[in-house]
Amino acid sequence: MTDAALPSAGAGRPARDIRTAVEKRLKARHAAERRFRFYGLAAILIAIAFLGVLLGRIGLQGYSAFETYTVELPVYVDPSRIDPADVQGANYDLMIADQLVTRLGLADPTGDLGLAAKDVLSPDLGFQVLEQVREDPSLIGRTITLDAPIGDDADLYYKGHYGREIVEDDRTLTDQQLTILDRMQDKGMVSSGFNTGLFTRSDSTQPELAGLLGAIVGSAMMLAVTALLAVPIGTLAAVYLEEFAPRNRFTEIVEVNINNLAAVPSIVYGLLGLAVFINWMGLPRSSPLVGGLVLALMALPTVIIATRSSLKAVPPSIREAALGVGASRTQTVFHHVLPLAMPGVMTGTIIALAHALGETAPLLMIGMIAFVPGVPEAITSASSTLPTQIFIWENASERAFHERTAAAIIVLLGFMIVMNAAAIFLRSRFERRW
Amino acid sequence: MIWIVFAGLFLFSLATYWLGRRKIVAATRKAPDRPHSLAGYHGAYVAIWATVPALILLIALVGFGDRLETAILAADLPPAVQALSADQQSLFLSDAQAVAQGRRASDQAYAGELGAALQATAERAGRIDRTLRWGGWALAGLLALTGALFALPRIAPQFRARNKVEGWVSALLVICSAVAVLTTVGIVLSLVYESVRFFSAVPPLEFLTGMQWSPQIAIRADQVGQSGAFGAVPLFVGTFLVMLLAMMVAGPIGLFSAIYLSEYAGRGTRAVVKPVLEILAGVPTVVYGFFAALTVGPAFRGAFNWVGSLLIGGPLDGFGQYLMTVQNQMALVAGVVMGIMLIPFVSSLSDDILNAVPQSLRDGSYAMGATKSETVKKVILPAALPGIAGAFLLAVSRAVGETMIVTMAAGLQAKATLNPLETVTTVTVQIVTLLTGDQEFDSPKTLAAFGLGLTLFVITLALNVVALRIVQAYREQYD
Repeated sequence: MTDAALPSAGAGRPARDIRTAVEKRLKARHAAERRFRFYGLAAILIAIAFLGVLLGRIGLQGYSAFETYTVELPVYVDPSRIDPADVQGANYDLMIADQLVTRLGLADPTGDLGLAAKDVLSPDLGFQVLEQVREDPSLIGRTITLDAPIGDDADLYYKGHYGREIVEDDRTLTDQQLTILDRMQDKGMVSSGFNTGLFTRSDSTQPELAGLLGAIVGSAMMLAVTALLAVPIGTLAAVYLEEFAPRNRFTEIVEVNINNLAAVPSIVYGLLGLAVFINWMGLPRSSPLVGGLVLALMALPTVIIATRSSLKAVPPSIREAALGVGASRTQTVFHHVLPLAMPGVMTGTIIALAHALGETAPLLMIGMIAFVPGVPEAITSASSTLPTQIFIWENASERAFHERTAAAIIVLLGFMIVMNAAAIFLRSRFERRW
Repeated sequence: MIWIVFAGLFLFSLATYWLGRRKIVAATRKAPDRPHSLAGYHGAYVAIWATVPALILLIALVGFGDRLETAILAADLPPAVQALSADQQSLFLSDAQAVAQGRRASDQAYAGELGAALQATAERAGRIDRTLRWGGWALAGLLALTGALFALPRIAPQFRARNKVEGWVSALLVICSAVAVLTTVGIVLSLVYESVRFFSAVPPLEFLTGMQWSPQIAIRADQVGQSGAFGAVPLFVGTFLVMLLAMMVAGPIGLFSAIYLSEYAGRGTRAVVKPVLEILAGVPTVVYGFFAALTVGPAFRGAFNWVGSLLIGGPLDGFGQYLMTVQNQMALVAGVVMGIMLIPFVSSLSDDILNAVPQSLRDGSYAMGATKSETVKKVILPAALPGIAGAFLLAVSRAVGETMIVTMAAGLQAKATLNPLETVTTVTVQIVTLLTGDQEFDSPKTLAAFGLGLTLFVITLALNVVALRIVQAYREQYD
């Protein structure tokens, strides 16, 4: 790069040669510069492309789960099929399916068609009939109108995920069943609409009946426990370390600890929860209480670090002024410094909680992988949470669950976006710069 | 019911606060001199003494009441029950308590003498439960009253209530910051305690050097430690392979993004690109796992199968045949997706490091006529090298401890291979697999998970300590 400044080097050669050599070199150097710059830009673009593919793919997989097909059927509660003494023993699913076949005008001499129709409908119809009959036995012999989501495979068929172009052996629905479904659609028995069941039902073994309510409630309870523990403890610990702590062995150990805790793999916290909270303290497995405790321990270092940095940002003049008019150190911190640092504390805390909301691995350790079909009643009852529900559904073999997994991810990301947006709003609205 | 007690205590503390406050206000009116502390501090002082001891007792009762009850019950069991084995005894006890509380007992049927014993024990359990509960509440009430009666007479204008209250506040602050230490102690103790039990069944050397990992076989007690089923080397190799692949993706992309952001990008670009990259870091790992298992896995498999089908029949026939057999679950899928997850981690850490390089070094290089890329390559990167190494080590520690992506995308076959197209398993995957089944907590299988957890903890801790040291030393160099 310094060749041009060396006239003696060109003593034996004409100046032109040196000039072309330098220009050539300069060209190569500028090309290298452009290449290098391009690598940097390419790296960023690749990263952004990854993000786009990730989110786009999940959106594509999941959006269709927010729509669902429901079937509306008049059902004649057939006295010949139900023993009034044992209403539970009757096969309502088959009764409904047989009636459906008749209503569609199909002949069913062997009964095969009835069985085929039973598999495209949701067992929810049968449950509904049973429930109504059990409550009011006088319904036997009358006709009731029911509506329920259609079976999961039928739902996928109506949504166009697969059709007759696939060989019959390779799909879960037979030609017979597709005929039934086509006829049902022709007769206007099915209608599509927003899948409210996704938010009003809890987990189920039937994809069409599986919803997120239990998981959302479980996650909310767990996050409440986490927030109630991590926020006060973390904030007070940070206040101590930043404002009061003398330089001694204890505070040194605490500081080193916090830095290292922030980097401990989350699954290790799960092992801690399993050994300490469940086996030693005897708290109930898969409960939001234990989950919240574990996540609180995980979120603690983040909350402490965020609080300390916003306490640090409060200028010393505030402290000096308060001390100057006779406030004690405690009064200075709690009346002046902490309130001024609060926006930063809240921002850091919300981001830490949003992160905790998406954490999965430690929850698997404390048994949140169990199938929980209801909404948890208390923080000590078994529950699932949004991330573990995603994991459970991802493992399910039914194709319809994959769609719902992606929908659950969209819901989870939605909650996280709301929380992060709240944090950003707080920061931009209330944060002060000195 | 317990909530009513807590609410009552809360109301009592409000009342004592008001009493303390009223007393000092009244005293001030009579005396000409102003009290040492503000009225609120006097109130708070009384309220603290009225509440805190009672609160501690109530919390202890909630936390340890059941255990105490069980201990009392177990100390004096009917003879028929004492004849049972220890496991059956504890089942019997929990059933008796369930009956006493009207919960559903286990499906165990107790016949004859045992049935009568169950009823008797259940009645005793009910009595003990009531005694403990009401006794505890009465004691808590007494404590609250004593506390208030102790504190209230001390309220006087000369009483230094503020200093006392602040003493309590600092105690609370110290306790809160001790929680962080307690967490570490808890982690270490629980991991070490369970691991010691594991290593008493399986020699540590065998665990660390054994080449065969098949804990499923070892469910049978006679095979523990004999079949070599707990050799963890395949897991370490698998973890290393996935980590290496992840770093091969995240390292270059993250570093080049950081270089571009810190050296080339303008203020506007930075303001947009940095938050967008941070989104990648905010996506939960279970989402990456889903993406890896259902999108990247099938896509990679399809691509390899396609390449394989082109190669079959050619000079690379054998390789083509091999490519046709790859599965959705391979190390490469987990590694690439984990690499995507780590990009923002590497880039933001490296960005900080690059920004810490003093401007004077850049200026010196530019003054010599160097281009920007030459400055980066010859001056900034060498100067920032220790810091960047530290950042990479932190990312490595993340990759080693990451669980969900590998659980969902890497597979379960413990094979010691460095072939990225093979199915491998990692330490974290095995911890999850061992602990999510339905087995006794004391079986060697579950204990093995704690052995793996301890190994994982030690490795990540060592990586972090080294990395943080390096980064800190590097920062100090230019501060």
